[in-house]
Amino acid sequence: MEDILFLAFTESDGTLSQAAREVLGAVRELGGTLRVALAGAQTQPAAAALANCGAAKFLAVTGPEFAQARYATDAAAAEALCRASGASVVVVPSNSRSARVMPGVAHRLGGRVDSHITAITADGQLNVTRWYYRQRMEAVVERAQRPWVLLLEPGCHAPYQGTGGSPQVHAVTVALAKNHQRTQVTGVRAPATDEQTIRPDAKLLFVAGAGWTKKQADGQIHGAEAEQLILGFLGSSGASLGGSKSLVEQSGEGQAVLRFMTHLNQIGQTGATPRHPKGLATCCHGEEPHVVGWRFIHERRAVNLDANCGWARGKADVLYVADAFEVMRKVNALLKAHAAPSA
Amino acid sequence: MSYQIVVCGGIVPDPLQTLEPVAGPAGPALKNEMMLPAVLDPWAGHALYEAANLAQKMPGAKVYLVSLGPKAKLQQVMMNIAQKAPFELVALDGAAGGFTDAQETAAALAEAIQAIPGLDRNKLLLFGGWESATRGAGATLQIVGELLGIADQFQGVDELKVQPDGSLEVLERIEGGKHQMSACAGPPAVLGWATGSLPEPRNNPQVGMQNMRAIMPALQKAKPVKTGAGGLVFKSVALPKQQRQTRIVKDTPAEEIAREIVAWISE
Repeated sequence: MEDILFLAFTESDGTLSQAAREVLGAVRELGGTLRVALAGAQTQPAAAALANCGAAKFLAVTGPEFAQARYATDAAAAEALCRASGASVVVVPSNSRSARVMPGVAHRLGGRVDSHITAITADGQLNVTRWYYRQRMEAVVERAQRPWVLLLEPGCHAPYQGTGGSPQVHAVTVALAKNHQRTQVTGVRAPATDEQTIRPDAKLLFVAGAGWTKKQADGQIHGAEAEQLILGFLGSSGASLGGSKSLVEQSGEGQAVLRFMTHLNQIGQTGATPRHPKGLATCCHGEEPHVVGWRFIHERRAVNLDANCGWARGKADVLYVADAFEVMRKVNALLKAHAAPSA
Repeated sequence: MSYQIVVCGGIVPDPLQTLEPVAGPAGPALKNEMMLPAVLDPWAGHALYEAANLAQKMPGAKVYLVSLGPKAKLQQVMMNIAQKAPFELVALDGAAGGFTDAQETAAALAEAIQAIPGLDRNKLLLFGGWESATRGAGATLQIVGELLGIADQFQGVDELKVQPDGSLEVLERIEGGKHQMSACAGPPAVLGWATGSLPEPRNNPQVGMQNMRAIMPALQKAKPVKTGAGGLVFKSVALPKQQRQTRIVKDTPAEEIAREIVAWISE
């Protein structure tokens, strides 16, 4: 049986994110001795919420210098917590903050790290599942080296929902040197609320392909209408927006562009593989949106003009062979009518 | 400050190729792996173009590309990459597939970087892609940084600006389509690039000729390195099996399709 450490950085209010609670839910099913380690400006609210999770010990690095998601201080905190716990396996929620530091922490501990884990099972020994070659092939692996640091992806397990309490939390002290704070996090840059097209919690991912900016049946490009239709749909459906590589890269090639589409929207080989229950692809004809970008989309539908699109067939549940402009005009009208108050 | 920018960039199978795992003598491998055309890892490519762009603005700055891969494959990829941006190649001859371990790869890269003549770590910016398109671990660069003693690290970088006082302003991708803004006092620093903001440079034959003069000797003296799974035991590697039974809806009025889509997204 392994000594397992659940390690998480707390949110600015001292609580844990849903993704962190999901990881704790997964860790509790592995058996072995569980310890909880928290780091952040505040850790007491998170510790209190996890009081009855079955952990044998709670450890925390707490202080204002750990509020920032900064490599030097985060790595120092995580390293100290792992050492204090003596755990052989460290399971961490995979997010931008922990993914930045945990490989370095594993190295400092003389251990190994595996990231983008989608499942952990324990049947006498620990096996983890992860994807290789950008979600093209799935592997189940194990390791003899310890400590073994595992970054578990969000959306892979139900979150822990236990009752709170007042656990005894052992404070772990981290001595910071001057060079730990050469970097200062100065803020977060986010699009204005009405321009935010990436919504990780949305039920639907709407994928736009390069066809939106190509010549239509009348021989003209209708970029402005494409923008209007897509933004209208995002506004009324609450969907998150993904884009194919070819569409996103058009801005650098001097072609017609959708102005709100950036590399952050890109899905596929060099983009994201977001997790949403449903996905609707429009004007996409490539492998990347349909295979790689859709890997973690459960229900998939596509609208395009090619009934023989090799990527939509076999990857989508439904392929509508139709003009996406025409279909989305009608979809938006229906959604608007549904939203309008009845007379 | 005249930066020394070291870009760690591996090679990967062309993303348009069909990839199929097979059991090899030393663990999993790709079917016909040596026959697959290779390209510079996409995110590492962005890092290289950003490095070249930064070096162009900073007098005296120099770009090194440290690349680990089978020598023949490296040569094939460098014929193309050499035309994109000026750099000095540091080649390592070894396995570059996805089933190697990040720790072993990082150790080989760090050793090669430490051996670069005249490298001043106080001027060092260590660039690379934030993940590879093979292993996709997002771990190698951080470990190289640790091995080189660099405590200021950034991942998912889309923008780097050098401020008049020499400090670095960095934008890193975080959740929800946002960026975290940081100010770093200056080199040394590790920057794992996402896509950045530069398009792929056009081929420049003059740059290519200049680069190739040094690239061929660098390839000839590429140090052999042994990288493997590093203790990772693969119990299975498989392509996802699910082939969906796609229902094709055609010759149907747009209004009817729209009604079906709205009903589906409202479920």
